[in-house]
Amino acid sequence: MIQGKQTWVFQNAPSIIATGTVGGPDEAAGNIPEAFDQLYDDLWLEKDSFELAHQQMIEDASNHAVKKANIELSDVQFFLHGDLINQITPSNFAARNLAIPYLGLFNACATSMEGLALSALIMDQGNASYVLTGAASHYSATERQFRYPTEYGSQKPDTSQKTVTGAGVALLGFEKNRPRVTSATIGKVIDRELTDPFNMGGAMAPAAFDTINRHLTDRNIDHSYYDYIITGDLAKIGRERCLDLFTKDGTMIDERKFVDCGLTIYKPSQQVFAGGSGTACSSVVTYGHFIKKMMNKECSKILVVATGALLSPLSVSQKQTIPCIAHAVSIEM
Amino acid sequence: MANQTSQAKKYKDYEASKLPKRPILINCLKAFFIGGLICVIGQFISLFYMYFFNFTEQTAGNPTVATLIFITMLLTGFGIYNKIAQFAGAGTAVPVTGFGNAVISAAIEHRTEGFVQGVGGNMFKLAGSVILFGTFSAFVIALIKTIFSYWSGT
Repeated sequence: MIQGKQTWVFQNAPSIIATGTVGGPDEAAGNIPEAFDQLYDDLWLEKDSFELAHQQMIEDASNHAVKKANIELSDVQFFLHGDLINQITPSNFAARNLAIPYLGLFNACATSMEGLALSALIMDQGNASYVLTGAASHYSATERQFRYPTEYGSQKPDTSQKTVTGAGVALLGFEKNRPRVTSATIGKVIDRELTDPFNMGGAMAPAAFDTINRHLTDRNIDHSYYDYIITGDLAKIGRERCLDLFTKDGTMIDERKFVDCGLTIYKPSQQVFAGGSGTACSSVVTYGHFIKKMMNKECSKILVVATGALLSPLSVSQKQTIPCIAHAVSIEM
Repeated sequence: MANQTSQAKKYKDYEASKLPKRPILINCLKAFFIGGLICVIGQFISLFYMYFFNFTEQTAGNPTVATLIFITMLLTGFGIYNKIAQFAGAGTAVPVTGFGNAVISAAIEHRTEGFVQGVGGNMFKLAGSVILFGTFSAFVIALIKTIFSYWSGT
């Protein structure tokens, strides 16, 4: 049911009954290796190309989720997934092998919450009893598409971010004592005319700010309602900007409660510049790390705000600005 | 729309003012020393060819460049070159090794798309403009020199 301008509040809030998360070698060496069901030793996964490895990760994550929920893949009625590769082929090809009716999504790094919001909507209206949704990204596959060849020696500035290699999916169903998806705010595309593709955090911060504000206004709640407000991949620069925007607006958000997936996933000692990014960043950290925290009763109400920079290599070379989007989904025990 | 533009300008100015400064001086020093080091290695290889083989100072250039590019190829293939480059910046990009790395990394990257369409078609994706503008500026400079020497009558 719509509440306010942009927010759906789910009356029959579906629950996240299982999650599946997989990650690459840098994620294994990172800050939260326990958040993953499976970790790979290298980026190839014994496949012939990075794109095929990318696809394999999606399939593995989906299988983990389904197995944990003790159901079969054929019991899942819809699969909503997306990634960053041209025409989202890894997701498409994974959906072929999973053989679940499929909706392909693209909202750049905001895809994870776009998927969760839509899946919850499908479930809320009684249109399915199991929906699988998630987002994935692969460092090398994304790097070669958006930037340079992986082995090319270019110097990256400190504002750049490292794409997470991984896949994270959530299986939605109706089960008690599970984290429930209670509401979702669909964000507007916000463009503050920034042009540097090596500073996406700074470009995305206004979108995150806009969506969070809209969510709180629409639901008529205060930011202190949530134990954590989790942004997708603002990383160091973007998080600072976003906090500044709140301060200027007169909202004092507790810094400890305002966490970012891109800063959670890696250790500060790893060479990741401003932090992690990529579609998998918000999906693996939310589904792997924070849902586990909720199950362990360490927190009970979270707002996940996945942020996406809607650029392409073409739009960058044609000197277009970087439009950004953020979708917020609240998950409560 | 006007409101949005002013909002964008405000945020853009604020964002620019907050951006961490790039350490230009340190980057220049790093580039100078690593780039210089590569040239020193090149000089040694050059002397090696002159001392042990029948090369003169003029002819030693070609095998030296080939050797440097061969080393670059190994370093690129084993994933070491880009790590050095993150530290050295222009120091590894400007010498011939940087050119080699641009070609080799593109060749490796597009291997999965086949030899002709993939490797062949994309090998010079990054280095192509270097070749084009390198050749073109050489042409322009040669033209200027020719005209100048014609006029001055030398």
